[in-house]
Amino acid sequence: MLKVNKLNVKYGVISAVRDISLEVKKGDIVTLIGANGAGKTSTLNAIVNVVKKSGYVEFDGVDISKKATHEIIQKGLSLVPEGRKIFINLTVDENLKMGAFNNIENFEKLRTHVYDKFPRLKQKINQMGGTLSGGEQQMLAIGRALMGNPKMLMLDEPSLGLAPKIIGEVFEIITELKKDMPILLIEQNAFAALKISDYGYVLENGSITLEDKAQNLLGNDEVRAKYLGG
Amino acid sequence: MTLQIFLQQLVNGASLGSMYALIAIGYTMVYGVLRLINFAHGDIMMVGAFLTYFALEASMPFELSVLVGIAGAIIIGILTDKIAYKPLRSAPKISLLITAIGISFFLENLFTVLFGSTPKPFHAPEYLTKIFQIHGIYLPISVIIIPIVTVAILAGVLWILFKTKQGIAIRALAFDIETVKLMGVNADKIIMIVFAMGSALAALGGVFYAISYPSIDPLMGIIVGLKAFAAAVLGGIGSVTGAVLGGFILGFTEIFVVAMFPDLGGYKDAFAFFFLILVLLFKPTGLMGQDLERGRF
Repeated sequence: MLKVNKLNVKYGVISAVRDISLEVKKGDIVTLIGANGAGKTSTLNAIVNVVKKSGYVEFDGVDISKKATHEIIQKGLSLVPEGRKIFINLTVDENLKMGAFNNIENFEKLRTHVYDKFPRLKQKINQMGGTLSGGEQQMLAIGRALMGNPKMLMLDEPSLGLAPKIIGEVFEIITELKKDMPILLIEQNAFAALKISDYGYVLENGSITLEDKAQNLLGNDEVRAKYLGG
Repeated sequence: MTLQIFLQQLVNGASLGSMYALIAIGYTMVYGVLRLINFAHGDIMMVGAFLTYFALEASMPFELSVLVGIAGAIIIGILTDKIAYKPLRSAPKISLLITAIGISFFLENLFTVLFGSTPKPFHAPEYLTKIFQIHGIYLPISVIIIPIVTVAILAGVLWILFKTKQGIAIRALAFDIETVKLMGVNADKIIMIVFAMGSALAALGGVFYAISYPSIDPLMGIIVGLKAFAAAVLGGIGSVTGAVLGGFILGFTEIFVVAMFPDLGGYKDAFAFFFLILVLLFKPTGLMGQDLERGRF
């Protein structure tokens, strides 16, 4: 579904991402794990051209390396950004409307679908995005991405700053989403992420140092010591 | 001051305020999406007035001439964004600001070179300039029509901002441009809509100015533009309703200062800015403005 080949991102003279190649197959959840500053967010941002990059990216059989961000999203590759980036000055409903910008004729149908998945949002339909709790904002961010009817989803740190109980809920939702679309996931919470994933990549200083089936990574001594707390 | 004079000045103030309000909306909307104080905005108003004037000179009917002025201003507004501002989207904001000042000088001087600096008389149709009288109040029809048109336009702008998907995107842009792109929205297209709306309203403001004064010159946009900018800041920059409120407050203040203290008439421009300083001292975000990183519009 998504193929990335020799991706590089530079901020000035600093290389944030070096020659990363990865693949997400249909029906899979793939996780990128790594410490802060390893280049995880830069990788996702580079795939949708939010940051400048060099390298080749193919999505759904089409070369999207040089496409503008909004065109990539329109092709069905959606990114739920780090920190959720809810439009705090818009209502929940308006946030969903933004997500459905290019599918506005199917707005009602898509919204029903999202509210079925996230019943808690339905009660806050006219509330400002900024007044939601962290967990609700994360659900709104995922719901907003689903309003675009994507073929694949990329999630940047969906559990960041959430209470443990909510984190469990978010991971349940992601597992459920897997039925509908492949997912590329970035997580600090490596253990929980690998448990629901099919495949994983370990990122260190902007390069991939290890890749394997998620199950094998969970059993790998080095990974355990570095990312899974021994 | 008699009641008649008071009422007369009230209507005059509303009319002047309308003009400021129409121009202030453009300042506030562009600031909302780009964080740019578009100093060329006052000159867009001048362009609108000039094109209307030329259409009138070509003996087009007044209503059609206004449309020509609006259309021309929209084109110039969009072109300035495309040519001057768009290449600087990721540049420091100060570069944008300096570019805006450059565009302002460019338009002023271009029109001076092309059409001369002598003020040109603006002939509005009789049905707008006709003076009518009720209970000893003498008013040209235009001062009644101008505020009504302005309020109707404000309602239209708010409808667009809150009820259309493009309008919602404009408000979302005020929060974060990158996230708007992540929604699959062509942000540049939305910014283009903002420039089109702002320029159209400025052109209309320019026509109102031309009807009221009734002459135009290439530098007419400078002081009016600055005052409309003051109105936008007074109302809380980023807020459309605030811009309209600020415009009306400035209009009323100016008219009443001159009416009540004729000796201070020469200082009327200074009063607008004195008032602005006063409000900012006590409410730095302006009357309707909120903290910039929170909600807008």
